[in-house]
Amino acid sequence: MSILALYNNLNTFLYLAALLFGMGVYGLVTRRTLIGMLISAELILAAASINFMAFNRFTAPDPTVGQIFTLFIMAIAAAEAAIGLSIVLAVYRNYKSIDTEDLVELQG
Amino acid sequence: MNPSMAITEAPGLFTADGLTGLIFLIIMAATLIGGIIACCAERLVRAVAGLMVCFVGVAALYYFLNSPFVAMMQMLIYVGAVCITIAFAIMLAAPEESKKNGPAGPLSGPLGFITAGIITFGLIVMALRTQFPILPKVNKGTTKEIGIQLLTQYSMVFELISIVLLIAIIGALVLARAGRSK
Repeated sequence: MSILALYNNLNTFLYLAALLFGMGVYGLVTRRTLIGMLISAELILAAASINFMAFNRFTAPDPTVGQIFTLFIMAIAAAEAAIGLSIVLAVYRNYKSIDTEDLVELQG
Repeated sequence: MNPSMAITEAPGLFTADGLTGLIFLIIMAATLIGGIIACCAERLVRAVAGLMVCFVGVAALYYFLNSPFVAMMQMLIYVGAVCITIAFAIMLAAPEESKKNGPAGPLSGPLGFITAGIITFGLIVMALRTQFPILPKVNKGTTKEIGIQLLTQYSMVFELISIVLLIAIIGALVLARAGRSK
């Protein structure tokens, strides 16, 4: 298969989504601030959406279902970002920091 | 083995298919580079910029997957709203000042890289080994058909999205206002 025909192949999109998912997981475990972790979570959601859209284009009988589900993921991600960032702001107001190491009040 | 659509022979670079493939390669590279910046950049502002590049690339990928409507929504919601919200939060919370050194946790550093690598490798092997059946299409998935489906068969999804967004707006207002009255 030629490298220029990659866009017509389901596996290309699956590999791309897997790589994005891996980056998201890596960022999620390495970041030390809450906002950095939220950015990585957005990467994971984008990877999931790419998977849905790829299967929707290449294998699903009804191509509207995957698009509607992707729209649902987008709405959930927007809600998650809004709630998460307001929690971050509330945490920052109380602790003057958004570093995950400073939020250990419940640690025994 | 796995579904690849019409093209079987290699297209020349300066045909329509070849140029489409070249643009796809550029977009794929932009998406991956944006993702790497988003997860590895030292400063959070740069990470948000990388996330923006990555989301623009993902929107272009949706365009390649025959869904211009979802591509537009990706640009509007992710690039236009979510990234800007994160940028505002970075400016309000100013996380750059208290920078600590040393490992952030037991999984940071090489162990985190190995974790992510194992998950990525597992997903790629799974995609490589699985045979996905191709079913015949019952419609074309145009924007008009999305609209009809969204207001008839999937109207529950539509209502749920509205309620979730309403609750998110109210919750964000309540959470962000809480400490301000003091």
